Amino acid sequence: MLSDNDRIFTNLYGMNDRSLKGAQRRGHWDETGRLMKKGRDWIIDEIKASGLRGRGGAGFPTGLKWSFMPKESDGRPSYLVINADESEPGTCKDREIMRHDPHTLIEGCLMAAFAMGANSGYIYIRGEFIRERETLQNAIDEAYEAGLLGNNAAKSGWDFDLYLHHGAGAYICGEETALLESLEGKKGMPRMKPPFPAGAGLYGCPTTVNNVESIAVVPTILRRGSGWFKSFGRENNAGTKLFAISGHVNNPCVVEEAMSIPLRELLDRHCGGVRGGWKNLKAVIPGGSSVPCLSGENCEDVIMDFDYLRDQRSGLGTAAVIVMDQSTDIIKAIWRLSKFYKHESCGQCTPCREGTGWMMRVMERLVNGSAKVEEIDMLLDVTKQVEGHTICALGDAAAWPIQGLIRNFRDEIEDRIKAKDSLSSGIAAE
Amino acid sequence: MTDMKTIIIDNQELEVDSAMTLLQACEVASIEVPRFCYHERLSIAGNCRMCLVEVVGGPPKPTASCAMQVRDLRPGPNGEPPMVKTKSEMVKKAREGVMEFLLINHPLDCPICDQGGECDLQDQAMAYGVDFSRFREAKRATEDLNLGPLVETHMTRCISCTRCVRFTTEVAGITQMGQTGRGEDAEITSYLGETLNSNLQGNIIDLCPVGALTSKPYSFTARPWELKKTETIDVMDAMGSAIRVDTKGREVMRILPINHDAVNEEWISDKTRFVWDGLRRQRLDRPYLRENGKLRESTWPEALQLAKSKLQGGKVFGLAGDLASVESIFALKQLIVELNGGFECRLDGAKLPNDFRGAYAGTAVIEDLDEAEHIMIIGSNPRDEAPVLNARIRKAWAGGANIELVGPASDLTYDYEHVGKNRAALTKLLKRPLNNKIKDKKSVIVVGIGAINEEDGYGVLSLISEIADSSDSKILIMHTAASRVGAMDIGFVHDGDWIEAVKNSDVVYNLGADEINIEAGPFVIYQGSHGDCGAHRADLILPSASYTEESGLFVNLEGRVQLAHRANFAPGDAKENWAILRALSNELDKKLPYDNLTELREALFGKFDHLRHIGLIADKSFGTVSKVKLNNNDFKNIINDFYLTNPIARASEVMAELSSGTRSKEINVAAE
Repeated sequence: MLSDNDRIFTNLYGMNDRSLKGAQRRGHWDETGRLMKKGRDWIIDEIKASGLRGRGGAGFPTGLKWSFMPKESDGRPSYLVINADESEPGTCKDREIMRHDPHTLIEGCLMAAFAMGANSGYIYIRGEFIRERETLQNAIDEAYEAGLLGNNAAKSGWDFDLYLHHGAGAYICGEETALLESLEGKKGMPRMKPPFPAGAGLYGCPTTVNNVESIAVVPTILRRGSGWFKSFGRENNAGTKLFAISGHVNNPCVVEEAMSIPLRELLDRHCGGVRGGWKNLKAVIPGGSSVPCLSGENCEDVIMDFDYLRDQRSGLGTAAVIVMDQSTDIIKAIWRLSKFYKHESCGQCTPCREGTGWMMRVMERLVNGSAKVEEIDMLLDVTKQVEGHTICALGDAAAWPIQGLIRNFRDEIEDRIKAKDSLSSGIAAE
Repeated sequence: MTDMKTIIIDNQELEVDSAMTLLQACEVASIEVPRFCYHERLSIAGNCRMCLVEVVGGPPKPTASCAMQVRDLRPGPNGEPPMVKTKSEMVKKAREGVMEFLLINHPLDCPICDQGGECDLQDQAMAYGVDFSRFREAKRATEDLNLGPLVETHMTRCISCTRCVRFTTEVAGITQMGQTGRGEDAEITSYLGETLNSNLQGNIIDLCPVGALTSKPYSFTARPWELKKTETIDVMDAMGSAIRVDTKGREVMRILPINHDAVNEEWISDKTRFVWDGLRRQRLDRPYLRENGKLRESTWPEALQLAKSKLQGGKVFGLAGDLASVESIFALKQLIVELNGGFECRLDGAKLPNDFRGAYAGTAVIEDLDEAEHIMIIGSNPRDEAPVLNARIRKAWAGGANIELVGPASDLTYDYEHVGKNRAALTKLLKRPLNNKIKDKKSVIVVGIGAINEEDGYGVLSLISEIADSSDSKILIMHTAASRVGAMDIGFVHDGDWIEAVKNSDVVYNLGADEINIEAGPFVIYQGSHGDCGAHRADLILPSASYTEESGLFVNLEGRVQLAHRANFAPGDAKENWAILRALSNELDKKLPYDNLTELREALFGKFDHLRHIGLIADKSFGTVSKVKLNNNDFKNIINDFYLTNPIARASEVMAELSSGTRSKEINVAAE
């Protein structure tokens, strides 16, 4: 178990003072300027060495991403954009950072922006996060007043302005290029890649888009050293991580833990275990709504990191663990996700626009058993037709939960169809 | 500077410009890639996902070839050139999947769809579709839009490729169309239910890859396979857009653009596209002559006899209208020379010298606009005078060109600096240091006929040529009549005041000129196709073919010689224009020395060799224009109503509706 000394987010539950003073008392904003004076390359190398992988879901190495930014400007400014549009069902970790420990994020922004040569940064916060926005804005104002932002921020010699922009609540605006479009004032529709944002992002300028958590952990990594961070978790899955456990556990919570923690340990130690005991576990979605679920029987040995879960044909995603016990109608649960993706598809490209609605409607019939058994394979085929053929990853995200369902719970779907069939043929016989 | 890169497409190795997209590279390799949203003259949307290809060694999913540049491909592990597969199993499956998605919500109404037979979706479904549907749900229903009298909508057929949205915003420069809603509820609409306010809107009918946007006037009248297609030249404005006239039997059913990079790209104006119903109405189909102040039907022998009796001995003056072909004007000129008369073609009053070609055909070509960085528009509203050319100016503007306007301010669909309205503003353009800077750039001066059709026209032109010298700009003369440059090429001009000459003549031979007013006095022979202003004043009417009904040469505003072909036949007793003149010359015993059009052309080319070179622009040099004292009037544009500029358009119901629609819109705006 992660000891309290090793926690990065020391005010995750809002028990302490979240103001600048409180944050400084807990060790944040400590010698920020001095650390920055060690230079851009040092910061990027440290982050690379720490093995930090992006916390937004895809798990792309953060240091590597930063190194794609141009070292020398060609006349265009560089931008840092923070993706705080946390909208994935099940995910609620960034919210805790922003409302209780906002200074970790702000300090991280300054350091990251300096490392990639950006003089301005934008935090794109989810529209529904109203109190979080107020808190974060207060924290930014505090930082400006204390000289930690603005000209010669934190006496580092680097000028940095940080702006908070709130979205209007579209899930798709959490996709990095759609976020940039929205930030530019356009309709939030994903752009095609390449060009990647590091080449042409916000207003056509080099831009890095990072998740809140990826940035908020940076100052502590730099202060305590990449070796410390790397000491947690398995090879290639380093560090501590916020886990957001929801669903049928006795004590749902957001908790910072070491990477690669066994799922069972995570649930038992922090969440008071699965409701009705471990045996009552039916399924787990380990990484937020868009990754395929795991059946409860296979969860005994599951450890929570990127590579292990990928090998299980699922994913760590945002580490938002959705626990479902035996009382769950898993088909209906996945249908609800399909409905969500159908609602949130932007409608730009064909497979997602047409496919999400189709998938949802077939799911609807699977829920009440009125489909035919052959339609299960057809549905699986349709998910494969959506997956990988779209502009952004929303198509994949809509397809994966259904694929996970069919992979793990095909029997249950078939049983329901057969039950319905026998019922209706019984009625017909009468 | 182009950076070439080697790439292997389907085992075919080729070297292409690295800025090309994979789709373009495939085209170079003659490999067809299906597409719906991609259009080479519009921005890239990448949303239909039909053009997916496999990039070997790339991510394990197919790539949209319309959006991926060759330079973004990574070489193989040992430095081999990147490999692209367009026929692999992955690609086939991906495209079949996309096709299925496109079809699930597309109605199965091909038998009642006007796009049937020329539908991209239909064609691609032959290659990538299957013969059954797995889709058990209800199809999406949408409401149709009212886009105005030209474009009919069937939005259930829409596949959201957004070509129409991109065309209207990027090329036509209007903001009325867009995609609203999200996911499967996303739909292409016109904002607030507005109708389209553009005279290029017909092009979205061609762009639409399915039957969502179809032509309202053409609806349910013909199938594409029963039409005879004739490639020819448009005469509605002086650009000479390349068009295809589709006929069924004797009737013109529709007019479509053809690609001509140097002239109209692949757009045409709504007047060009929808004027065809005017070809069926108000037609002169037999000779008429005036008796006791009233016109009565006549016959060719009688009409020619009357013409002969008037022409013999009387003073003759010939006028060439806006839509006349070079051959007919040439024949008229030869006949009138025999009769010792005069003639004139500059009926709009343009003070264009005939001494050197650069003065009336300009020194610039249309394509110069593409690369222009500075454009000065003088006394012209290009949006009315040549909408397709205006789209080119807009393209230059979108590419960063600076636009200045002298003349009445109006909405040109792009931003411009309004220098002023009158001659003084023009003088400002000459005396300014900026011209030195413009010298280093590519620049064009667009001169409207409205700038040079007053008394001081030569003076204005002379001033413009000075501005052109001081800023090293080229000049584009914005003619509005399709016949004008050709007529000037063959010297169909009068020295001195032609209005006075008309007054003093005994007989006026009017070859299709309807935009002028001939005062009472002379006997007027009108030779033309429509019963319009010219016919009303006429004492003798000789019915002739219209522009789709005879072959003829036209020289467009940049001086490009183009050949129009015959698509259908003239109605009733109407004859081809040159043949009428030839018959009349025979009657007068001054037989013109040709018995058919080929011989006529040989005679024409013998005198004016450059007309022989069809498709080309002959030398256009500029000389000195005589200086005339300028007045201080405001410049006026020459076109008042875009939709009613010639007798064919005035005979068209569609044009009349568009015209009144535009006027009522203007009144509404004014009332607010």
